[in-house]
Amino acid sequence: MDYLVEENCLTIFLPREVDHHYAEEIKKEADRLIERKHIKHVIFDFKNTDFMDSSGIGVIMGRYRQIHLLGGEVWAVHANERMKKILNMSGMTKIIQLFEEEK
Amino acid sequence: MKTTNEMELLFDSRSENEGFARVAVSAFLTQMNPTLEEVEDVRTAVSEAVTNAIIHGYEGKEGKIRILSRICDGVFYIEIKDDGVGIPDVAKAMEPLFTTKPDLERSGLGFVFMQSFMDEVEVESKSGEGTLVKMKKHIGKGQEIWTTQSL
Repeated sequence: MDYLVEENCLTIFLPREVDHHYAEEIKKEADRLIERKHIKHVIFDFKNTDFMDSSGIGVIMGRYRQIHLLGGEVWAVHANERMKKILNMSGMTKIIQLFEEEK
Repeated sequence: MKTTNEMELLFDSRSENEGFARVAVSAFLTQMNPTLEEVEDVRTAVSEAVTNAIIHGYEGKEGKIRILSRICDGVFYIEIKDDGVGIPDVAKAMEPLFTTKPDLERSGLGFVFMQSFMDEVEVESKSGEGTLVKMKKHIGKGQEIWTTQSL
């Protein structure tokens, strides 16, 4: 898993499959960085991801709660059609920003 | 011609095996010539049921998870069974956003995903008697496109 901190923004490069197994690891590392690096905004980068289940939604919901309290925003970028479907179905697109690239 | 094919998997309730279960089940499903979307739907549903067995059924402790899958007449059947603590109120557990483990940041969407991605989902469970999740999905959207579209 790769993480990138730029000023107060944390980008989390999600693994190929975001399931319960990987979710635990992402949560731990993301929370450590959010606290230590004074993060205000979080970007979930889906460029390598082709699978996510409800455990992944739990990770996004949890980070959203924290970031929302800090007055920041949560973004999803590079989501493929399947990931967009999962994010839509779970209502995530109502609380996080989905970045659509220009074609 | 009616053809039936069955497979059975038995594995430990460890989170590493969630990926294994998805791969094994989707490999078995391949013989039905599913569309990519159908494969993804089944993979997601399997992942949800197996994760439930690990987190809720066995509450993180060691146990065995059994998957029984059957292909029959274009229909894919799958059963995921654990011998864990069971669900006292199945209807309640299936409500969207309901979770008994908010501290673990569970979204409460596991059953919602299973129901959205499969045609039928049935849950048999009692306190102390484990849980059995039975799911069913018609496969063959891809084949319909091939046979109904003129070239």
